[in-house]
Amino acid sequence: MSYFFETLVSGLFAGVMYSLVAIGFVLIYKASGVFNFAQGAMLLFSALTFVTLTEKGMPFALAFIVTSLVMVVIAILIEWLVLRPLRNRDPLTLFMATLGLSYVIEGFAQLLMGMDVHMLDLGIPDVAVQVGGIYVSQFDIIASLIALTLVATLAIAFNKTRMGISLRAVAADTLAAQSIGIRLPVIWRIVWSVAGIVALVAGLVWGSRQGVQYSLSLVTLKALPVLIIGGFSSIPGAIAGGLLVGATEALADIYVGPLVNGSVSTWFAYILAVGFLLIRPAGLFGDREIERV
Amino acid sequence: MSLFTKAMSLATAAMAVTLMSSASFAEDGSGQQLYPLFTYRTGPYAPSFIPFGAGNIDYLRYINEVEGGVDGVKILVQECETAYTIERGIECYERYKNGYNGALTAAIYPHSSGLDVALTDKARIDKIPIVSPGGGQNIATDGRVFPYQYPLVFDYWSEAQIIVDYIAQQAGGYDKLKGLKIATLYHDSGYGRDTIEPLGILAKKYGFEDIQIPVPHPGEQQQTQWQQIRRANADWVFLRGWGVMTPVAIKTAARVGFPADRIIGDIWSGSEDDARPAGAAAKGYLAVSVFPPGTDYGILKTLKKDILDKGESDLKDNSKFGTVYYNYGVIEAITFVEALRTGHKKFGNRPLTAAEGQWALENLDIDQKRIAELGAEGLISPLKTSIDNHKGETIAAKIIQWNGQSWDTRTDWIKADASLFADVIKAKAAAYAKEKGIQPRVATN
Repeated sequence: MSYFFETLVSGLFAGVMYSLVAIGFVLIYKASGVFNFAQGAMLLFSALTFVTLTEKGMPFALAFIVTSLVMVVIAILIEWLVLRPLRNRDPLTLFMATLGLSYVIEGFAQLLMGMDVHMLDLGIPDVAVQVGGIYVSQFDIIASLIALTLVATLAIAFNKTRMGISLRAVAADTLAAQSIGIRLPVIWRIVWSVAGIVALVAGLVWGSRQGVQYSLSLVTLKALPVLIIGGFSSIPGAIAGGLLVGATEALADIYVGPLVNGSVSTWFAYILAVGFLLIRPAGLFGDREIERV
Repeated sequence: MSLFTKAMSLATAAMAVTLMSSASFAEDGSGQQLYPLFTYRTGPYAPSFIPFGAGNIDYLRYINEVEGGVDGVKILVQECETAYTIERGIECYERYKNGYNGALTAAIYPHSSGLDVALTDKARIDKIPIVSPGGGQNIATDGRVFPYQYPLVFDYWSEAQIIVDYIAQQAGGYDKLKGLKIATLYHDSGYGRDTIEPLGILAKKYGFEDIQIPVPHPGEQQQTQWQQIRRANADWVFLRGWGVMTPVAIKTAARVGFPADRIIGDIWSGSEDDARPAGAAAKGYLAVSVFPPGTDYGILKTLKKDILDKGESDLKDNSKFGTVYYNYGVIEAITFVEALRTGHKKFGNRPLTAAEGQWALENLDIDQKRIAELGAEGLISPLKTSIDNHKGETIAAKIIQWNGQSWDTRTDWIKADASLFADVIKAKAAAYAKEKGIQPRVATN
């Protein structure tokens, strides 16, 4: 039974790591109704920028601040060069634009910072500690605390600040928000900047585990089922979805995998997501859209 | 004329000038041997190609510029970017299978196991030799059924054998294998699953417990798999990773308390880029090496003097010189050049056709004397092919160990016993021939 719990707990921690990636998607979806395909590329770009700066001798904190500023500049450029010309277009057009954007960002990252694999040491010991008879990774505990802090900060920002309330207004009804004087380009710039910084945090956590390399952008593949299950527009949903995906795929690998002589975790999360699409299309916490016909 | 029309006219004129100039400046390849270099300088696998491609190019540049070509025949290198995708690889194959601008194609190195498989039927129809050192199809060892596939140098079945041989050495003999638990953590793909069968055979033969654990692509999360290994009390882990799977495995192993010096990585888990991202956790980690790293080989010293120090290397970062992937590129280029030399002895010193390239590839004989002449002692092991054996009669690898900064060589060449799986491979090839309606050739050499 302890093996079951150990698997469950490690799955839950993995789920928190997935949630970190999913939050970036949620932020942009909430503000513009767009599934940002470039989130993975932003994650790669930010981690690569950070590691390049630290390798050049910049202290950790300063590198974090400089990379955050770089992500803000990228957000402003994206709003100016991509989103503004496509304002009021179909969400599918914007989605396609983010698809193209992902290639541009990845190519730009490669051009500027090369293709080398970098080691990233955040100074967090990646060793197991025993909690209640179960081995838990110290790194996973700290990564989870980082995710929880991020969620709490975002929740406060969205609920208590003027910017957050404006963002919620845009998410609820873009035209109505504009009619009361909320400037959409400003909101977009802020949201893309925050999504960029979230991508940096996720990139550092994942990069520390697997090295900072081009394939880092692939971790976003794990975010899709998390978003479908949790709901595209809910940050708590991203956390709940992540936990559910992490736990079920870990348990499925142990208990279902041997029955099919292979690993099932990759597709098991998607099976779960399809189930949700059939039963609860808006996900656990997503906004259910009601259209007048 | 409107602004739009003006812009269009200018663009058209610019395009025409570009096309005309590229046509007139395209290198005349007549009298040269084409080497279509399938690259993946972009995409997730680019970090491994960049030093590999540089090793390839630097050796061929040395042959052209210092030795004046292969027996006087210059090699024309034409790059074609595949981004490690099969569809783009097939486009590259189609572009260069019949040569380029007068230069003849003798063989194609696809630089991708997936592409090697995808080209099997095409190559048979086009009669183009496909060469994949270290990454070909083991079944294609039987050249009677696969006349155009050359899985030179290495295969994963031999690798499984070499791993078991090394563990037996460490345990104090093959009899000590009985009761040991060897877990294989494999990338859940055709490549990763390829060692399940030989390890099953070896487990029966030696009496060790064979534990197989798959990791889904790309392998960024392996906590459950390592918990399984710890729970099974495995003595050794054979890590058959690819890309991010390797550093994540090493780090996760450390987290569950599994010692790094009891993990032996596969040849694609044994580069600097596999170990370095795992940081301190990788210290002591072992790997199989067919492409030994280091610069202390005659040919590497020559390349440094004649290419690198003269600023003519394809490397942008000279610290990659002598790394696993750089040396792999050099070794692969050696197999191409030696195949050309073999062909020249029979057909004369001129560019070879694909049919002549095929003959040369199945009559390769790089023996110890030739290895010494090449300055490649310790870098490559002898390679002798035949119609019966497109892989090479002697398959060998070394075990290397990560010291935290670079690789140290732990063993000399460990030779796999080719007879052990020969019948199984022949039976598989025969079944393939039957399925495809292929009449196997008769070995005459």
